[in-house]
Amino acid sequence: MDQHCAVYMPKLINCKMTNISLPTDPIAATPTPSPLAMGTVQMRTGGGAAAYLRKVWAIASKDLRAELRAKEIFSTMATFSVLAVIIFGLAFDLRVQRSAMVVPGVLWVVILYTGILGLNRSFGAEVDRGSLSALLLAPVDRSAIYFGKVLANLVFLLAAELITLPAILVIFNTNLFQTWVLVGLLLGTLGYVSVGTLFAALAASARARESLLPILLLPVMLPVFMAGLKLTAITVDGRGMEELQRWVGILAAYDLIFLTIAFLVFDMLWEET
Amino acid sequence: MTKPLIAVSNLYKRYGSKTVLKGVDLTVDEGHVMALLGANGAGKTTLMRIVAGLVKPHRGDVVLGGVALSKAGAELRRYIGLVSHLPLLYDNLSGWENLAFFAQLYDMQQPEARIEAVLRAVDLWQRRRDGVRTYSRGMVQRLAIARAILHDPPVLLLDEPDTGLDQSSSQLLHDLIRQLGAANRAILLTTHNLDRALEWADSVCLLHDGKIVYQAPAVNLDGPALRRLYAEADQL
Repeated sequence: MDQHCAVYMPKLINCKMTNISLPTDPIAATPTPSPLAMGTVQMRTGGGAAAYLRKVWAIASKDLRAELRAKEIFSTMATFSVLAVIIFGLAFDLRVQRSAMVVPGVLWVVILYTGILGLNRSFGAEVDRGSLSALLLAPVDRSAIYFGKVLANLVFLLAAELITLPAILVIFNTNLFQTWVLVGLLLGTLGYVSVGTLFAALAASARARESLLPILLLPVMLPVFMAGLKLTAITVDGRGMEELQRWVGILAAYDLIFLTIAFLVFDMLWEET
Repeated sequence: MTKPLIAVSNLYKRYGSKTVLKGVDLTVDEGHVMALLGANGAGKTTLMRIVAGLVKPHRGDVVLGGVALSKAGAELRRYIGLVSHLPLLYDNLSGWENLAFFAQLYDMQQPEARIEAVLRAVDLWQRRRDGVRTYSRGMVQRLAIARAILHDPPVLLLDEPDTGLDQSSSQLLHDLIRQLGAANRAILLTTHNLDRALEWADSVCLLHDGKIVYQAPAVNLDGPALRRLYAEADQL
């Protein structure tokens, strides 16, 4: 159950330690307290998983709302992905007889590079405007900041992929709106943003973060890239379920491992010494 | 009897080979406003960020309300409000949305009344629905102050809060600081304006080359005396 405590430091600390409700601060108990008098604000402490998830959602929805207004990240990602598909179409058109042969590679290369654009802004924008300090100052478990960012990045990249797939259909005449391709995209994108968000946080304060992030990230992304590629190729070629399930399993395991690692290490990234 | 809400002892901080803080000791009691003065590079911002828990010192302790920062968890961050050089705001969101977002992070219950109170206190209520990107520099700074006091922290750290403020905004900030200080908070502020430091603070503290070289109640000083001390410290 949530504790309702007046914000008066020594008392609230006591409240946290003993887990009992506190009397309201005397200042707050006056009939018409000044809005700037201490003890006029009530905050929940504790709250467990529900409070944690509320903060994750607050951070993700803040990023999504800011993006809806600014249209900085998604429009760049969507435009880049369509242009990249067109360029690949022009590059392969003369030499490849069957477009299905190159489509899996085109899809995943486009996803990798499109994702970099969004990930770079994820923490970079917070560092540039200094709002990262405000996030770090809040009484929020830092892993909640990570998961909020993962959620927002996941939405941005999946939305960009929803634009990439029709572009591939038009340019390469290959329909990738198939169940297993979509499953692969969902799992692969989750793995990508889970690692990418962690590395974006690592690179955020570096001067050359735009070039540093792909150098750090792309080698670690090879398992996701290979599994996604295989999964898409097997589906496009119409090969067996057994192979599909193996690659889905690899993607799911990758997601689980890196989400767990990120949860464990994210707090340490901000231990500025 | 007043008690110290901010107690800094023997604080050292190095960046590479440069030692920025060299054994700083400082105490700010509840209801007390202390102005931290010093030239650029004296270590004021580093000290503020260490007290805020954003930077770890190499040696020394920061104790807030009797709790050591190094041993405290995320909950202690509820008791700190920081105004920094940067506004720490989201310019694509409105003033109201910014404060509502931080109210969620601080788990504030029914935050609407509090958001309204702080927006009125910094004279931004009429502009609450406008995007922060449309605000003037002074308005952004006032909203940054609203964000810092939103969760009603007993410890307020104001790093050059008067930067970019015009005369009326500066007066508003002065009134705010007096009200906030009078409500049993401990306020540590930095400024380059020596007259303003004397006007706003109960005591002044001069930081030079990472060390506190002078500390006195503001009533014992006047502008020329403080300027002389400041110049002497610069020549040390």
